Amino acid sequence: MFKKLIFGAVAVAMVSGAQVNNAYAEDTLYLPSLSYRTGPYAGGGVPIANGFSDYMTMLNERDGGIGGVKVVVEECETGYNSQKGVECYESTKSKNALVYNPMSTGITLQLVPKAPVDQIPVFSMGYGLSATAVGEKFPWGFNYPTTYWSQLSAILKYIDSKGGVKGKKIGYIYLDVGYGREPLPLLEKLSKSMGFSIARFPVAGKEMQNQSSHWLNVRKEKPDWMIMWGWGAMNSTAIKEAAKIRFPMDHFIGNWWAGADADLAPVGKIGKGYLAANFSGIGTDFPAIKDIFTHVLDAGKSTQTTDRDQVGDVLYNRAVANAVIVAEAIMAAQKSTGKKVINGADMRLGLETFNLSADRLKELGLEGFMAPIKASCKDHEGGGGIFVQQWNGSAWEKISEPISPETDVIRPLLEEAAAKYIADKPDWKTQTCS
Amino acid sequence: MELLKGIFQYPFEEMANGPAFLLQVLWEGFVAGTLYSLLALGFVLIFKASGVFNFAQGIMVVFAALSLVGFHAAGLPAYVSLFLALAVMGALAWTVERVVLRKLVNQPDLILFMATIGLSYFLIGFGEFIFGGEPKSMITEELGLPTGSSVIDIFDDIVILQHLDIAAALIAAILVIGLALFFSKTRIGRALRAVADDHQAALSVGISLNQIWAIVWFAAGIVALATGIMWGARSDVSFALQIVALKALPVLILGGFTSVPGAIIGGLIVGFSEKLFEVYWGGLLGGGVEGWFAYVVALIFLLFRPQGLFGEKIIERV
Amino acid sequence: MFYREAGQFKTTYKADQAIFPIFQDRMAIAIYLLIAFVAIPVFGNDFFITSMMIPFLIFSLAAIGLNILVGYTGQISLGTGAFMGVGAYACYKLTTIFPDINIIVLIISSGFFSAVIGMLFGLPSLRIKGFYLVVTTLAAQFFLEWCFIRIPWLYNYNDSGAIEVPQREVFGIIATGASATPTTRYLIVLAIVVVMTWIASNIIHGRIGRAWMMIRDMDIAAELMGIRPLNAKLSAFAVSSFYCGVAGAMMVFFWLGAAEVESFDINHSFLILFMVVIGGLGSLVGSFLGAAFIWILPVILRAIPRTFGLDINAATIEHVNFMIIGGLIIFFLIVEPHGLARLWGLAKQKLRVWPFPY
Repeated sequence: MFKKLIFGAVAVAMVSGAQVNNAYAEDTLYLPSLSYRTGPYAGGGVPIANGFSDYMTMLNERDGGIGGVKVVVEECETGYNSQKGVECYESTKSKNALVYNPMSTGITLQLVPKAPVDQIPVFSMGYGLSATAVGEKFPWGFNYPTTYWSQLSAILKYIDSKGGVKGKKIGYIYLDVGYGREPLPLLEKLSKSMGFSIARFPVAGKEMQNQSSHWLNVRKEKPDWMIMWGWGAMNSTAIKEAAKIRFPMDHFIGNWWAGADADLAPVGKIGKGYLAANFSGIGTDFPAIKDIFTHVLDAGKSTQTTDRDQVGDVLYNRAVANAVIVAEAIMAAQKSTGKKVINGADMRLGLETFNLSADRLKELGLEGFMAPIKASCKDHEGGGGIFVQQWNGSAWEKISEPISPETDVIRPLLEEAAAKYIADKPDWKTQTCS
Repeated sequence: MELLKGIFQYPFEEMANGPAFLLQVLWEGFVAGTLYSLLALGFVLIFKASGVFNFAQGIMVVFAALSLVGFHAAGLPAYVSLFLALAVMGALAWTVERVVLRKLVNQPDLILFMATIGLSYFLIGFGEFIFGGEPKSMITEELGLPTGSSVIDIFDDIVILQHLDIAAALIAAILVIGLALFFSKTRIGRALRAVADDHQAALSVGISLNQIWAIVWFAAGIVALATGIMWGARSDVSFALQIVALKALPVLILGGFTSVPGAIIGGLIVGFSEKLFEVYWGGLLGGGVEGWFAYVVALIFLLFRPQGLFGEKIIERV
Repeated sequence: MFYREAGQFKTTYKADQAIFPIFQDRMAIAIYLLIAFVAIPVFGNDFFITSMMIPFLIFSLAAIGLNILVGYTGQISLGTGAFMGVGAYACYKLTTIFPDINIIVLIISSGFFSAVIGMLFGLPSLRIKGFYLVVTTLAAQFFLEWCFIRIPWLYNYNDSGAIEVPQREVFGIIATGASATPTTRYLIVLAIVVVMTWIASNIIHGRIGRAWMMIRDMDIAAELMGIRPLNAKLSAFAVSSFYCGVAGAMMVFFWLGAAEVESFDINHSFLILFMVVIGGLGSLVGSFLGAAFIWILPVILRAIPRTFGLDINAATIEHVNFMIIGGLIIFFLIVEPHGLARLWGLAKQKLRVWPFPY
């Protein structure tokens, strides 16, 4: 009986695999969305997945797709787990997937080496492997509008503008995985050039919600500023603990994954004054976001967004920004190839040639939503446009102008990291940019 | 040399120079300890009565807290939600007894252990299906739990006591005393201890195993709800909380799997030693040692006293 | 009717002691191998090979490793994930230090590193057992996880903290890295798994294996009969960790391509313990069946709505998936605590007397 069952299972699997292969329709733009609506990080994953698919649905409803071709967004649940992420990748890549937005640094690391082989670009917006910003070395990896390293430098510049950073002690509390550790080498380097000292506070994934000893250590070390590289339940716990030891909130600054509404809503008034970096607009006061309301939510087209308040949320808007860049790149690819239905290789060209200027943003109904980006072959990172936002007890407020990162310091570091990455990969394909 | 000083000299100098801070560390250790004790208590109750190592205790904590928050979000008053959450835990206990335990009587420990892991998978899926995966904030104020903090000026420094932490310690104490009284003074409690001693003998004097198990799981559910409220108020209610439950294992080793006072003392030992080590010695290892420190303490302890502090001596030794 | 041993006479003791005494069984094994080595590479598509077969084989090997410890020696361990990690990190370091040595040799030798670590953490088993041992293996799990993050040397001071598989060739064919074809990787994994299963089977049926089983069944009696618990238990930990280490190295080199510490976390320990228990304690076939059940079933469950074009949210599928898996685990434990291997045996028994059971 079990032989039969197993053979049956294998047969079903083979058939389903085969169908996956043949299922993609010829006349659509297929965008897989690696979402995580389950697991410990679902709090961040839900608004991200919703924002991405809602914007694409809005384009379908309002404009009839991109360049007249309908966009199909298919979600595949990863649970923020790299292995499931790879499984999702394998099961969707043959449907003429245009680009992958892994939404997880762990999955990005897995997909970056696969991208050139399968000819599908990986677009990790503001996360992932910082070195992919070097376009010559990573033709298939993109991380517009900015990398973690640029962000760290922007945060330090902000701190510097608030009373100087020289001679100060800066605490760095981070999720102790690849994501949180990535900025460490740059932090070391900048501490020497900018003249501050560092205190590190690693938080293991298991201890995310049990941070009292980390904050005892903070109290012991007495840093002047705290920088946080957190994610998921770690953020709200850290802010609560910071409030407990009466750490001044306006000297506590999170990166752009530690500054979402989902992080601060459980904290509420206690978190008043907390700062975070961001690069996408806050709120719903943009014509394009209003279009999402009229064409998607009010029309009942959104399958997932149940809570209207979620629209305009930091992470939701970040996913909208992600979708905007993808859509622009598709358009650029359509224009340069003359094809309506493009493939991954065309998409790669699109990601290197699109021009999201201020005028274009205005045209899209997103004036001031994000900093303009001019894509290029060399620079897969773009302009940055990082600004600082502050929690006022119930909502985020933008409190600074865009801060440009120290590109001349970071670019050599990125190139060094990129060279290191490809050192033991003899077949790695690089490109030369004119 | 510097390393030896780092181990044997500087930490103690630091303690002597900052007595207020030391007090703060000890207080945090105490609070963490009571919370670990609460977690461990849930395991002990079930292990004592049925010999099942209930891995699902962690997800039960999440599930209980989620039901509470969920009922409140549906518009019910806080105390009604609390009552309903208790009812949910009761229903869960009854179902588990009916569907799982009753069918697995007399199976080896490992099988029962695996069954509880299966149960925790089921509850993860079920919980996310119903409540969604987003983290939610605990209805601390609505439940009448205090939120502020008091500052004590001492030794030229301050010690900050969170009222919530004080409440947590009090509630833990009340629960423990209540359970201890329940087990020693009531009829059901005595039956339960009889079951713990010898299943068959208990059966032969007319004690219903099934009823006892359901009661024990319900009691563990109550403890889970209390833990969920306290831990949820400290951070938030999310599925990541279930991982914290693993912390209960070293506590159990220290205190013994079958002892209620052991769970309390073990929890406090883990809480205190962990905070002290992380704060004063953790820097030597680059910090973040909390994740495994408690286990290593438990491991060393095991080598000398395998039955735990208060465990029964009949433990199988090799 | 077709599956019975009537007419097959054993003329030597050797034949009587064979693992597959029945001709049809030997034929079945040959057919399975033929399917695995020929049919699947020829007919399977990329998704089937990379997302189902490769992980299935790797997890089967890890399950065999854990089964040696839990099923054959009776020592419960929750450190499997970390022991797999030791193998993976060891292999990564070895291939950076010795880039010219054949990667398959390195993968096998990385098993020795995890064997040593496994023995080290197996030492407490000489004094304690049961759930107490679980806690010491958990200590191993968490301590090793911490090491994988905190010792940057292990991942060559990589900024991302992850190990990335370099490209390596075996006999001129690219075997690891993203350019390696799924079929190549699959065949290498399959070959290693088949050979190691064969070795495991021989160890288990030999003197060492019998010593393990005696320790499992009754340690005192075993001791009285001259089995040293020290040797038996530590060798079980060593062999088990060896298998897990090789599985871990293969997981990173032939399946994932890059790995963070997250790939070796406690959930993997649970996953593999599930495979062992569901598959059947103390059974090699069970390890394969368990791995198939725990790994392939969810993949199929996820694929079903897609195949039939049902529009169900990815998240809902995942939730339902969790419930089904959890429910099935409980169901199987209730229906057949001896695992799928037992059902497999029963099915074979039925088949033997079919169609005239009386």
